[in-house]
Amino acid sequence: MKLIIAIIKPFKLDEVREALTEVGIAGMTVTEVKGFGRQKGQTEIYRGAEYSTNMVPKTRIEIVCPAEMADRVVEAIQASANTGAIGDGKIFVLDVTQAVRIRTGETDRNAL
Amino acid sequence: MKLTYRLSALPALGFGLFAALPAWAQGAAPTVDKGDTAWMMTATLLVLMMIVPGLALFYGGLVRAKNMLSVMTQIGAVAALAMLVWVAWGYTEAFGDGGNAIVAGFGKAFLAGVTPASTAATFTAGVAIPEYVFVCFQMTFAAITVALVLGSVVERIKFAAVMVFAVVWLTIVYFPIAHMVWASNGLFFKMGALDFAGGTVVHINAGVSALVAALILGRRIGYPTEYMPPHSLTMTGIGTGLLWVGWFGFNAGSALEANGSAALAMINTFVATAAAGLAWMLAERVNGHKGSALGFCSGIVAGLVAVTPAAGNSGPFGAIVLGAVASVICYYAVSVLKPRLGYDDALDAFGVHGIGGMVGAIGTGVVNAAMFGGPANGGKTIGEQVVVQLATVGTTIVWAAIGTTIAVFVAKAVTGLRVSPEVEREGLDLGEHGERAYNG
Repeated sequence: MKLIIAIIKPFKLDEVREALTEVGIAGMTVTEVKGFGRQKGQTEIYRGAEYSTNMVPKTRIEIVCPAEMADRVVEAIQASANTGAIGDGKIFVLDVTQAVRIRTGETDRNAL
Repeated sequence: MKLTYRLSALPALGFGLFAALPAWAQGAAPTVDKGDTAWMMTATLLVLMMIVPGLALFYGGLVRAKNMLSVMTQIGAVAALAMLVWVAWGYTEAFGDGGNAIVAGFGKAFLAGVTPASTAATFTAGVAIPEYVFVCFQMTFAAITVALVLGSVVERIKFAAVMVFAVVWLTIVYFPIAHMVWASNGLFFKMGALDFAGGTVVHINAGVSALVAALILGRRIGYPTEYMPPHSLTMTGIGTGLLWVGWFGFNAGSALEANGSAALAMINTFVATAAAGLAWMLAERVNGHKGSALGFCSGIVAGLVAVTPAAGNSGPFGAIVLGAVASVICYYAVSVLKPRLGYDDALDAFGVHGIGGMVGAIGTGVVNAAMFGGPANGGKTIGEQVVVQLATVGTTIVWAAIGTTIAVFVAKAVTGLRVSPEVEREGLDLGEHGERAYNG
């Protein structure tokens, strides 16, 4: 099993979700996050007081899927979250050693 | 029969009315008009709406989320305290019978002698309003003025210090200045100063006091390098709307009657404010920035402040110019002057109310003139009137600065004045009140 973490632009969430549904992903966890990378932040001005914020709002998606699906999931996210501009985000893939469905106690592949 | 038949109840509209005094002073009992009374009760509640929720939301939205409740609590609590102090000794100190040029006599302490039958004079000979209504109307002015001062000291002053400061400040600063401006034997009234609804008493007074208090208290930890954006400009926007609507009670109510003078104050409170809101945004554009929501709100308040002394002492087009000019000057005061001098007037109580109040008070001497479409109250030339306005402004600045220094040091001696650095970092909501504004 693989854990796929994607940091994307918030307005791309719906497109990414649809693309993932098409490749057979039935669940995910979504979090609103902030961070910075190559994308520069904005300048805010309040009554003349200027603040440069380098933390940019992003959306973080976590998906656990069978290992053989991981490439298709990564491709789907990469294609659907892409705008071609700096700040589109990143995708990370990690190994997962165990999964349990709390309600039934099913494990691993059956728990996904 | 003891009627309040002096001009003690009158804002300084002008000497034309003053001259009419002897004709009716010894006359029959005054008429209390139900229309006037109903309007003044309404106006009084409009001013209360400016404080809670208006000012509380306006100021509250501008601070960081961790200090939201402390701001709302400080404003609500000092306003409540001011109401009690007002009926105990404030009313008599400002508007009681007798006294001198600085304070009135103390014969009406604890509202002694005030009954449902007693009346306060208006600007029209022989027309009066119930004295209780006048007491309440002026009570809300005292309450909002002391709350305005807090704009410079939020996010670091102790709640207890605010309460001690309020009692001392009202007693030695607000009540005497209200008397000087609005009572017939008051210093500024006798000089012929024009201050329709309290530009001097409320705004210059609060603004200068706020600056002095902020200087003594010192900057917030992290100012000006740390990120301190307003936590909710939505609430500041709601507060701005409530202030604007409530200000019609403040300005048009200061006519003390439902008449043409109130109508003039009403239209001026519309158009000066509209011009000021747009002028601030234009000033932002001219300086290479985006026209901002906070800029609009700030301009609205600057315009309201500037038109306060001029509300019944200006024509609509004079008011438009006054509002726009005051707004642009306030813009530079908060965005250029404040950073350059380095003081931490957290919510720009001085930059908007102090500076806007001064521009309004001095400008009133100009826009009042007939050649600018004004009603020419007071019968002075522009030059003479401006000199009187300047003298009033200068005296108020000195009085407020000295009185505030005393009040702040009394609060410091009693309470320690400032929260600990830990409380300041954690937020005053938790540290001072044991609550959070936003859970979940």
